[in-house]
Amino acid sequence: MDEILDGLTQIDCDILIIGGGTAGPMAALKAKKKNPKANVVLLDKANVKRSGAISMGMDGLNNSVIPGYATPEQYTKEITIANDGICDQAAVYRYAQECFGIIEELDSFGIRFQKDQNGEYDVKKVHHIGTYVLPMPNGDTVKKALYRQLRKARINIINRFMATRLLTGEGRVAGAVCVNTRTSEFLVVRAKAVIMGLGAAGRLGLPTSGYLMGTYENPTNSGEGYAMAYHAGAGLANLECYQINPLIKDYNGPACAYVAGPMGGYTANAKGERFIECDYWSGQMMQEFFDELQGGKGPVYLKLNHLAEETVAEIERVLHIVERPTRGHFHAGRGTDYRKQMIEMHISEIGFCSGHSASGVFVDEHARTTIPGLYAAGDMANVPHNYMLGAFTNGAFAGLDAVDFIADVDFAAFDQGDVDAERTRVMAPTKRDDGIPPNQIEYKTRRLVNDYLQPPKVTAKMELAQKRFEEVRDDMEQGMYVRDAHELMRALEASTILDCADMAASASLYRTESRWGLYHNRVEYERDDENWFCHTILTKGEDGKPAHTKRPVKPYVVEIAEDEKDAYYKQRVTTTVAAE
Amino acid sequence: MPLAQTATTVPVIIDKDLCIADKGCTVCVDVCPLDVLRIATTDDGDKTAYMKFDECWYCMPCEADCPTGAVTVNLPYLLK
Repeated sequence: MDEILDGLTQIDCDILIIGGGTAGPMAALKAKKKNPKANVVLLDKANVKRSGAISMGMDGLNNSVIPGYATPEQYTKEITIANDGICDQAAVYRYAQECFGIIEELDSFGIRFQKDQNGEYDVKKVHHIGTYVLPMPNGDTVKKALYRQLRKARINIINRFMATRLLTGEGRVAGAVCVNTRTSEFLVVRAKAVIMGLGAAGRLGLPTSGYLMGTYENPTNSGEGYAMAYHAGAGLANLECYQINPLIKDYNGPACAYVAGPMGGYTANAKGERFIECDYWSGQMMQEFFDELQGGKGPVYLKLNHLAEETVAEIERVLHIVERPTRGHFHAGRGTDYRKQMIEMHISEIGFCSGHSASGVFVDEHARTTIPGLYAAGDMANVPHNYMLGAFTNGAFAGLDAVDFIADVDFAAFDQGDVDAERTRVMAPTKRDDGIPPNQIEYKTRRLVNDYLQPPKVTAKMELAQKRFEEVRDDMEQGMYVRDAHELMRALEASTILDCADMAASASLYRTESRWGLYHNRVEYERDDENWFCHTILTKGEDGKPAHTKRPVKPYVVEIAEDEKDAYYKQRVTTTVAAE
Repeated sequence: MPLAQTATTVPVIIDKDLCIADKGCTVCVDVCPLDVLRIATTDDGDKTAYMKFDECWYCMPCEADCPTGAVTVNLPYLLK
């Protein structure tokens, strides 16, 4: 295994779905159910059984809109405010209306949701205003349940192939070029529609541990969706709205205030005092976290040591089997007992992710990108704060719409020269006798991201970043060297990461205001509603570098009152509350 | 520029006595999202899984899905 082979195969399908994590499987199931005759292919760089952000499951739905607890209007309003107003509400509103149906469908797959003694969904309040968090007591079974459904529906699954570029022709999508991660053989997939569910760009900044794969996101989510959409000419929205998370220091996994919060845990400063009213992740909340550290009151902790034994035991039970189960090993290794010590947290490195923030490929309420026949869903598509249930629901929208799209079209013709050029680009590091290995290209890129792009953002630093990235790009294009197929996969990821780093710097320089709290805190600029109440759209320019335009935010479906729109900027605890 | 051989301690440990790779099992290799595990043939002709690439997300499918409990996921030294 891992020997570099020369080969190319071409296959055809109606709908190609790239990414078998969360959105992808649901898109496949919905498409196949709507048109059982459609040839649906689900392709993944890893193995669909355990791929994506929810490899080991998830502890709950962070954004469920359950009748009796919340309305689609309330949810749409909350997310618009949490996302600092920059939100085409149609996609959020449609999600809010239809996600309950998806919950019922997941329930029918055998994924259980917490209910109270009356049999009602046991929804918890974590957000600043409304109630949307629904625990999943057997959340560790999500991937297995999904995989069973995929087998039952006879979805064609292709594992260990990495898509590297989309093919386009006739003004629409035509397929994708893929490479086997264990043999380097090429697979060209012609498709009438392509759905991308490739996850976040979670390997952009470098974790402070220095360990390349010690990221919050599954490090397989290295941003291929962003890079492929960019090179194909699609628009990407609001990439300056970085994902930055409050995480367990060094472990770099979620502290899970969403689990602990409803049971009495909270984020505290070094004195054990609560300083934010709401532990829901937003740029505004991260700004408060940052200010607390700057004010000399850090480190910041997750505090559980005031809770009763049975409550702590229950929190441990959930947190140590689901999502990131090695968390228990980590705390044991450090001698941290939730009953006695608080859990040290820190501010994560940056990434792109709409699942938590709003940086993603531009899509509408049907998950359509700006390229006909090309869809995106989940963490990589710009429906803000859409989390796991958003990936499922928007994945469903993509699958349903793609079936309609393919009804009237045949394969788009593409230029064979594009395939040849991509083969040359991909294989270049295998043609050298020595050079720079991909892990060093990647390390340097990501270290520079930390040095120059981590907020607060400073113009001169970001411009320096662009210069350094160009130097690394020269090194990569002229001198990257790999010895086997596995290293070639890492080389392709290094190239993607560098593309994302370029986009992060460029998008951040374009929006000359501050927005989304810490996520786009530009020290030289205040928030500027007059000029910047808009999406920024990044595309690949004629010169091969990022180009930018403004796109108006569509008129709101749900009105936001003037005194409500800054609610997420008002979450610092007042002295009176802290003293209680 | 020639490449150096820098040693690194890896987080995933396989108990050779429990591993049944010689019976054709490749479950841990199959499920690893980062594809860092491989099967090695030892000097006495036995086969066992091992961690070939130090690129671990300490996510645990290899440990959870191993049919014989041969796999232990520790935390990478740099962050433990």
